[in-house]
Amino acid sequence: MSILLVAEHDNDSLKPVTRNVLTAALEVGGDIDLLVAGSDCGSVVDQAAGLPGVNKVLLADHAAYAHQLAENIAALVADLGAGYSHILTAHTSLGKNFLPRVAALLGVGQVSDIITVAADDTFKRPIYAGNAIATVKSNDAIKVISVRGTGFDPVAAEGGSASIEAVDSVHDLGLSEFVSEEIVSSERPELTAASIVISGGRGMQSGENFKLLEGIADKLGAAIGASRAAVDAGFVPNDMQVGQTGKIVAPDLYIAVGISGAIQHLAGMKDSKVIVAINKDEDAPIFQIADYGLVEDLFKALPELEAQL
Amino acid sequence: MKVLVPIKRVVDANVKVRVKPDHTGVDLNNVKMAVNPFCEIAIEEAVRLKEAGKAEEVIAVTVGPGAAQEQLRTCLALGADRAILVETDTELQPLAIARILKALSDRESPDLTIFGKQSIDGDNSQTGPMFAALSGMPQGTFASELNIEDGKITVTREIDGGLQTLRLSLPAVVTTDLRLNEPRYASLPNIMKAKKKPMDTTTPSELGVEAENTQEILSVEPPPERQAGIKVESVEELVDKLRNEAKVIA
Repeated sequence: MSILLVAEHDNDSLKPVTRNVLTAALEVGGDIDLLVAGSDCGSVVDQAAGLPGVNKVLLADHAAYAHQLAENIAALVADLGAGYSHILTAHTSLGKNFLPRVAALLGVGQVSDIITVAADDTFKRPIYAGNAIATVKSNDAIKVISVRGTGFDPVAAEGGSASIEAVDSVHDLGLSEFVSEEIVSSERPELTAASIVISGGRGMQSGENFKLLEGIADKLGAAIGASRAAVDAGFVPNDMQVGQTGKIVAPDLYIAVGISGAIQHLAGMKDSKVIVAINKDEDAPIFQIADYGLVEDLFKALPELEAQL
Repeated sequence: MKVLVPIKRVVDANVKVRVKPDHTGVDLNNVKMAVNPFCEIAIEEAVRLKEAGKAEEVIAVTVGPGAAQEQLRTCLALGADRAILVETDTELQPLAIARILKALSDRESPDLTIFGKQSIDGDNSQTGPMFAALSGMPQGTFASELNIEDGKITVTREIDGGLQTLRLSLPAVVTTDLRLNEPRYASLPNIMKAKKKPMDTTTPSELGVEAENTQEILSVEPPPERQAGIKVESVEELVDKLRNEAKVIA
């Protein structure tokens, strides 16, 4: 078996989720090649080559791949991937964008968002917002798979010494062009990689009130998330949404504040190790899955919590 | 401009599904079915393009059982001009659906095809980009804003970390995210009118597509149950438990 793993990065550094995907690849077994496609992404390649378990790093460095345009990346990955038994990447907004195109170009199906490798052709994945877990066997010649990062522990960041090989073929389809990007910069850890997450819901009442979570997040080194209701109400930006259609998180500690606990939200956080719910409505469904529930007005509880940490 | 909107019939978003005792799937007997919420956003966006004078015709299409006519009627009531059912009793996987839609698209030649970004049953998030690849079209997935001018479409996308804006040549494929729009409710007069709008039925074989699944579902199990824990009386007790019992904070 041979696996092509498509690395996720921003041309500057490798995204941590790539290390979780690598664990899934190691569970499948076989030679693992890591593809870094981007522009001026030399520093990413050095990090990639240091990952333990990687056979070689393929570097496709060209302006056509600078913004990870799905059309160009998919053409490249399908071209290279035809020689492998498996193609893996993360089930993130990036992977979800280009990987189905790869599968279609190769004429094979895709197994999305896997959380377990049961065999080299059989995988478990959540369906119906995580209310059921399907075991899926792929009969395709090439297995195209997107991996849920929180389903696998990350490999170490260092210890490997893979060789590096340049890919010369350039796929520039000219179908789409990059216009602009607004990336929210934050000093806090990334939501999907943080070991503690504190999230606010509709109960926060305004974006201004999310400041109450910031002080606590700073003391705990936590990332800040939100429910769909809070994002839809315009309190906070979309990239903070935790849930079935937002980000899936599984930190050691998840603190849900003013979140009632719709199934779509639970789908994004119920694999957290310890769940705390703070809500003034004692009948809120979030309490049914919380390890520790505090029935209290959040505007009273949050300042107290910050003071006691 | 012609807009094609492929939709899916799914379990209503408010239903909590149960796994069948024999673990072959989830129990869909007597469960309320609906248009997949993201597909509803896709229909709404297409209808708004028509209302803004940018599109002439909106076609809703689904690949599914005869009962999916109900969801197509909903789309017609929401403002689609006509509907097409590609009838099959096999629950097809995304690649097969994308191939069928490609064959239909070759017949209809839409300038824009708007999908929901994912269905809330399979949670695959595949069909839109697969269709785009098979059709050789560019794609703007997870769209929160669209703008069509000078024969191009500008799409603002919700990505990890923020927003990205792309410009695509037409014909193109867009998949909708939650904040693209807020779908309207169908009014009673529009529901009545929808009954008279045209609905065609065809089959995968009539479209010349051999629709086959390449994945087997070996079993479907309920997720591990999470038990409710305890209620604490105060913030002080909560902090104490997190420090000394759960040991998740220092």
